[in-house]
Amino acid sequence: MSALTLIYAGLFYAAAALLIGGLGYKIAQYARTPAPLKIPTTPAPTTAAGAALRVAREVALFESLFKANKWIWLFASLFHAALLMVLLRHLRYFLEPVPAWVAWIQPFGMYAGFGMVAGLGGLWARRFLVERIRYISTISDHLMLALLVAIAVSGLAMKYVSHTDIVAVKAFMLGLMVFDLQPLPADPNLLLHLALVAALMAVFPLSKLLHAPGIFFSPTRNQADTPREVRHLAPWAAELEKH
Amino acid sequence: MAAPTFETPKFRDIPIVPVLMPQAMAASRPFVAAAPIQQALGFPGELVPDWEQKAIAKLGELLGKYRSLRVYLDACVHCGACTDKCHYFIGTQDPKNMPVARQDLLRSVYRRHFTVAGKLFPKLVGARDLTKELLDDWYTYFNQCSECRRCSVFCPYGIDTAEITMAAKEIMNSIGLGQKYTNEILGKVHRIGNNLGLPGPALEDTLLGLEEDIAADTGVEVKLPLDAKGAEVLLVTPSADFFSEPHVESLIGYAKVFHQAGISWTLSSHASEAGNFGMFVGNYEQMKKISLRVRQAALELGVKRIVVGECGHAWRVAYSFWNTLAGPWDFLDSRYPAPQHICEVTHDLIQRGALTLDKEANDHRIITFHDSCNVARASRMGGTPGGQFTIPREIIKSVANHFHDMHPDTIGEKTFCCGGGGGLLTDDLMELRVKGALPRMEALKQVVDEHKVNFMATICAICKAQFSKVLPYYGFDMSMVGGVHQLVSTAIRLGAKE
Repeated sequence: MSALTLIYAGLFYAAAALLIGGLGYKIAQYARTPAPLKIPTTPAPTTAAGAALRVAREVALFESLFKANKWIWLFASLFHAALLMVLLRHLRYFLEPVPAWVAWIQPFGMYAGFGMVAGLGGLWARRFLVERIRYISTISDHLMLALLVAIAVSGLAMKYVSHTDIVAVKAFMLGLMVFDLQPLPADPNLLLHLALVAALMAVFPLSKLLHAPGIFFSPTRNQADTPREVRHLAPWAAELEKH
Repeated sequence: MAAPTFETPKFRDIPIVPVLMPQAMAASRPFVAAAPIQQALGFPGELVPDWEQKAIAKLGELLGKYRSLRVYLDACVHCGACTDKCHYFIGTQDPKNMPVARQDLLRSVYRRHFTVAGKLFPKLVGARDLTKELLDDWYTYFNQCSECRRCSVFCPYGIDTAEITMAAKEIMNSIGLGQKYTNEILGKVHRIGNNLGLPGPALEDTLLGLEEDIAADTGVEVKLPLDAKGAEVLLVTPSADFFSEPHVESLIGYAKVFHQAGISWTLSSHASEAGNFGMFVGNYEQMKKISLRVRQAALELGVKRIVVGECGHAWRVAYSFWNTLAGPWDFLDSRYPAPQHICEVTHDLIQRGALTLDKEANDHRIITFHDSCNVARASRMGGTPGGQFTIPREIIKSVANHFHDMHPDTIGEKTFCCGGGGGLLTDDLMELRVKGALPRMEALKQVVDEHKVNFMATICAICKAQFSKVLPYYGFDMSMVGGVHQLVSTAIRLGAKE
């Protein structure tokens, strides 16, 4: 087994552990922290199902962002939808046999790579061109965009510039999942792509990418508007009742 | 008082997003509360020596108690959706009044002390230590947020800057840095029962005077009872309703409505205040203590229903928080919501034909309606979402013939704060209040020009006080603002059903 294979296997095990462990920790933390007061942004749904649907619309359609700014909505939607397609397309490297629907979306997934770059480009351009967004942007905001663009571009390069040994890559990935290491091709483009993806996995629970789990725990969005009907009492607030 | 040293903003020809003017409002700071005011509330009298550690510890405590704070400090991606939504930003052009920039004043400290990335690479992620300079920025700019929640409507994650501002104010109070106006009022409500510090006998006197005024105007004996045991309804209303103009006109309106509907009601000298400034400073215990006065009064007087008068943040606390803070209300009549808004009561009576209304009596008024931020985005009226928008408008249309809404982007859930909410309704913040009113004044100007609107109705004591003061800066008459029940009062024909 080559040193390269060992390094990348180690890299992915570490990145996966950080991603799963870190995200699990944050989700548990969000779930454990009480929301002591009813604070849905109104008008709000009056049932739990309605509130769940509101969150679903935020996740799938970016409803509030659409109200706020059509440009950000356009670029953000393009990027996220494309990212979803790309992720689904990549299932073909982790599943054997490849499900029919994964095979079916393959061509769309390829174009989605360009969609990702276009969406990210639009969002990045705003960080330079719009004075207000330039003012609030930090170095990490730029680095995050750079990381995502580099992942997309290095991925597209394997399709459109120089092909990599995809069969070997798949064998490596399938092996990783059952702790049976297979050799990884020493293609620089592939190595860059994989290293960047591992970096993204590692920083996920430490960065603003926490907006992904965060939206599900946002009290202004996930609470039903029922304060008069149902008494809402957090555990620490219930303690105050005793005094 | 010295003459104002600022210029009233010009109406914009096209309301485009203004360019940034860094530090434009860096000098806008409300007076700091003196030691006796702070100590009366159980806060340190002045900035404690080890304030930095104490502040970080308090932030840690709040992170464990409020999921909103925990999630919102993590989730922001700096997308910029909120950057042009705050009325204070639009009016002042100070970039630190952009909601995300305001949040970042606290978020940067959170990152530094509570996140791995901020501990290891502070520069990279915008993490900062809480220096004296940054604390000064906290005091300056968290006192330039009226907690109106307009930004939370537009945030893709629902991040509510009000939650961040409340946490920051709670932290500042806990280290001895309080705001004079708000904390002085909190002291008064605990001591005397209302924000104005109006004692029981003075209140009784005022109400007797109002009864005489109504009798002189209408020839009908309408009562404004105080501490009447066994009454059906306890009315809890902002204390400004007792003597401020135009507030008192709405109080007269409530009295006439109860009178004609034959509902027995009373005010309470113990709970003579609907306002709850405990919310403005993000302090759960303060908010609870003030809310409990209402519960005590309701039990003492043996009422069956509680109705809340025209007050925005009070209705938020009453509607959204009372059940949590002072409930359960199982001793009240379960056929009515607890609490009920006065507009719900009046609307219901109109629907049932219980009021005799002469719409023509309001024909001299061409009316628009200003949705108050806390009613619009933090509460509801009636049984369906959005009732807080339709019910007051239906009342207005039932008592008057001429009504025109302002621009759709400035009403409903997108309404602009009056510029005086959140504990900022003080003369030492006059520049902020005038500039923060700009977006509302622009929308008003439009309906004044197009429809000759001469009356802006609203259901909030703070809005009424703020607009009375600010309207003249924009060339409007201060008496253009008034309450919805002021209109009801004009239209109602007493005696017709007796």
